[in-house]
Amino acid sequence: MNRHSRRRRRRILPIALLALAAALPGPDGMAADGRLLASGGATQLEGSAGGGIVPWAVLAGYATRDEIGATSYLTRVEVSDYALDSWGAALNIRNRLELSLSRQRFHLGTLGDLLGMPGASIRQNALGIKLRVSGDVIYSTWPQIAVGAQLKKNLDFSIPSAAGARRDSGTDLYVAATKVFLGAAGGYHLLVNTTLRSSSANQLGILGFGGDRGGRRLLGEFSAAVLPDPTLAIGFEYRQKPDNLGFAREDAFSDLFVAWFPNKRFSAVAAYADLGSVASFGNQRGWYLSVQANL
Amino acid sequence: MTAHLRAPAWIGLGMALLLGACASTPRATGSLYAQFGETAGLSALVDSLLERFADDPRIAPKFANTNIPRFRRLFVEHLCVILDGPCTYTGDDMREVHTGLDISEAQFNAVVEHLIDAMQAQDIPQTAQNRLIARLAPMRKDIIYH
Repeated sequence: MNRHSRRRRRRILPIALLALAAALPGPDGMAADGRLLASGGATQLEGSAGGGIVPWAVLAGYATRDEIGATSYLTRVEVSDYALDSWGAALNIRNRLELSLSRQRFHLGTLGDLLGMPGASIRQNALGIKLRVSGDVIYSTWPQIAVGAQLKKNLDFSIPSAAGARRDSGTDLYVAATKVFLGAAGGYHLLVNTTLRSSSANQLGILGFGGDRGGRRLLGEFSAAVLPDPTLAIGFEYRQKPDNLGFAREDAFSDLFVAWFPNKRFSAVAAYADLGSVASFGNQRGWYLSVQANL
Repeated sequence: MTAHLRAPAWIGLGMALLLGACASTPRATGSLYAQFGETAGLSALVDSLLERFADDPRIAPKFANTNIPRFRRLFVEHLCVILDGPCTYTGDDMREVHTGLDISEAQFNAVVEHLIDAMQAQDIPQTAQNRLIARLAPMRKDIIYH
């Protein structure tokens, strides 16, 4: 089996998982579908439940305190000079604990051509754990609060290392507060999320961890969305990032998104994303598309 | 040492568009109670809901010992009061009514989803639907797991 077909085979796996989840019979007594539509959010780039780029305090899928649920997702981001694939799965244990596994694959695009490595990419694995500390995103007076960690391992460290990254692995820690204010935006539901993260990851970890300009920092992330009806959310997100590599300035991520929740089995998010400067190329803007299936 | 912070102008623009879109949506007129069609509208809504409850195996068993005509009358009264209508609720408080039923989070949400579907079927304006949900939501703690 040559390298090309092996790669193709690997990319079939997430699609097969999604198809399987979507094709399985509808909810029955065992289904983890007890929470309200859209209340599990989407999946962010490193595999945790959230918006598109920010982890929220909500846990993946629709499991209540009496249920265990699973979700899988597939995301593609295409900006001016690069593309990023992210896919993975998460387990929600009784709406208390979320465990997630995900893979990021960053396509070097224009930079790959310049480095004489056309078609090259950098891969990363991320293991996520999130604990709901208190509250319910919809029903409690106070926001739902969760703490989480994302343990990341860069699998292709030669380019990040050459760019000045110190380590090939790192752990992000975060606390998130999320609340839906019912009917608060002129009669429409308003979701607000604030996340505080401690991280040394350069461009999520794609460019390694730490660098000549520093290491771990405290970063702010913010999301807001309005729900025009129970199946739709329109909003924006902002995610502050470290800026550890003198060689490649790093900017905040932001996006404007539309999320669609036709039912509890499937959801999709489309966004216009601004990733700022990435690995020496500025103004990286483009499309973000994500699909998710829930068991 | 501060991280690089940059809030692109188009985020502000997007937010303005978002708020503008909400503000320009045709406002449903009249009181909340009027938007639900007053007592006649609420009676139709409750009838529609009761049909949905009867067809849902997650919910129907919880009504095994319920006097349905009485429940229907009190439910209409309660909704009327919650929507600031000219009614008096003559039933017991929510905690008392649901004690012993051991209603789960999933069963509670199933009822909420039937309510949303029923309101949708009655063509109740989305903003009015949301305002009712907002007024009902705090009752959950008195309803589940008692």
